[in-house]
Amino acid sequence: MHCVTAEVIHQEVVHGGYRVLQLRAPDLVPHVQPGQFVHVRVPHMEAAVLRRPFSVYKADGDVLQILYKGVGKGTRTMTFLAPGDTLSLLGPLGHGFPTLQPGNDPILIAGGYGMAALYLLARQLPVKGVAFFGGRSAPDILCVPEFEALGWDVRIATEDGSLGTAGRVTVLMDDWWAARSHDAAHVEAYACGPNGMLQAVAARAQQHDWTAWVSVDRNMGCGVGACLTCVLKTRTPEGDWVWQRSCTEGPVFDSRQIVWDAEGAS
Amino acid sequence: MADLQVSIGALKMKTPVMVASGTFGYGPEYAQLVDLNQLGAIVVKGIASEPTKGNPPPRTFETPSGLLNAIGLPNPGVEGFITEYLPFLRQHTVPVVVNIWGRTIEEYVAVARRLSEADGVHALEVNVSCPNIKEGSALFGTDLDAFTRVVEAVRAATTLPLIPKLAPNVADIGAFARAAENAGADGISLINSLPAMAVNIETRRPELGNGTGGLTGAAIHPFAVKMVWEAARAVQIPVIGIGGITNARDALEFLIVGAHAVAVGTASFTDPNTALDVTAGIADYLDRHGYPSVDALRGTLKWER
Repeated sequence: MHCVTAEVIHQEVVHGGYRVLQLRAPDLVPHVQPGQFVHVRVPHMEAAVLRRPFSVYKADGDVLQILYKGVGKGTRTMTFLAPGDTLSLLGPLGHGFPTLQPGNDPILIAGGYGMAALYLLARQLPVKGVAFFGGRSAPDILCVPEFEALGWDVRIATEDGSLGTAGRVTVLMDDWWAARSHDAAHVEAYACGPNGMLQAVAARAQQHDWTAWVSVDRNMGCGVGACLTCVLKTRTPEGDWVWQRSCTEGPVFDSRQIVWDAEGAS
Repeated sequence: MADLQVSIGALKMKTPVMVASGTFGYGPEYAQLVDLNQLGAIVVKGIASEPTKGNPPPRTFETPSGLLNAIGLPNPGVEGFITEYLPFLRQHTVPVVVNIWGRTIEEYVAVARRLSEADGVHALEVNVSCPNIKEGSALFGTDLDAFTRVVEAVRAATTLPLIPKLAPNVADIGAFARAAENAGADGISLINSLPAMAVNIETRRPELGNGTGGLTGAAIHPFAVKMVWEAARAVQIPVIGIGGITNARDALEFLIVGAHAVAVGTASFTDPNTALDVTAGIADYLDRHGYPSVDALRGTLKWER
């Protein structure tokens, strides 16, 4: 965990308003594990007391990349960042994805930015499999050529049918599972996206006896485990529940550990 | 270089800049980022006699220059704190101030007694003013008689330096400061968060899971300065100024109106090293203005009325 001053190298619009921000952070980048995040102090936001958390998209050499969209106060301000600007970067933070158990079949399930958050994992996993990408519309489907270049079988669903199968990503998963041989290897799923999608993945993991690792997105405060803002309900072995911090014990959890409620995760 | 040492009763600190309860965890959370031994003291998150789970999310909500929170004082209980966190803290030289709270006077006394037997606790801060506990703890902060009773009871239960943390939502802060002094407190700290609320106009629901909460951050700083000024004039015991410090200037205001020391709170979330940056800024100010010590600057407000 480091708190460093990072320099903006480059920022570009990918498509659909999604942007990639490249930052030079030599002391931080080598420590990034797949599924971890960084906490950004957005410049020119004096009235904001909190940093903004972002999944790491890519981390190579001394360059870190964040994929985001200007939708809120912080991210809209970030769209004005230009090469040479500097910002305070805290990270890498949290527990990322565990590596695949030998013999298991990996699948990836991603919604929206979740695709970027799974990229490092997709690259690192020793075995490639099917990657299910879902989004509202074609512009929300990201990074497909990159995942294909890594050897992943990318299958796409959009809610408006503008790209791939019409409907939710879970439809693709259900079709894939139905066509799959029942004596095939144990499935290990890695998911990042909206809470509703994560809950749907968790339900299938429960039903089909998969292992599922889900990366949750919670409102976050300090990012280091001190403020206890980003908690979610998790089961204990004794049958009770405890709050766990998505910034510290997470953001990646075993889906069976989470106490899900109507909002996705309580 | 100016002498930065200050004392709150028997609590000796090598700098006047502490980190405030609830904003720095129990120490380990920030240990990779901040040299804990350079802090004046660590005030750990509130400890009760039994473990507490805290409030449902959302627990915080960002407001202009502020942070609204209703965390609900989750904590591992006094035994959990002693076994899980004190061994770590004992490996450091930084003084440890434990913020304590209870739902009844008996609970306050029980925590104070237990911590007094533990090795590595240097002072107790008595939280009488957290607005987020429903069982009535807030009454201790705003009812002068209840406040006096809890401070007297804890005083009788411990010889550790005792620092009641005052609630800001009272008509006469001086009366509470004097009550603390008369009950045998070694110092007082103020202000705790301001009772506050935010509403989502689309859902028409409160932004916090708890409905209401406490406001902290830069937005409350001028209010805190006025409260500290009033409290410091009312008592002889040391005052710790808390509320919206983000830089050395904010901290120096507290010292000039009469505080012996200060605590950095919400700003640690923004930048973990804020407390140490503030310390460096205070040292620089004292040198530039020829003050030999923090104590020499204290209460030097110029105001001819």
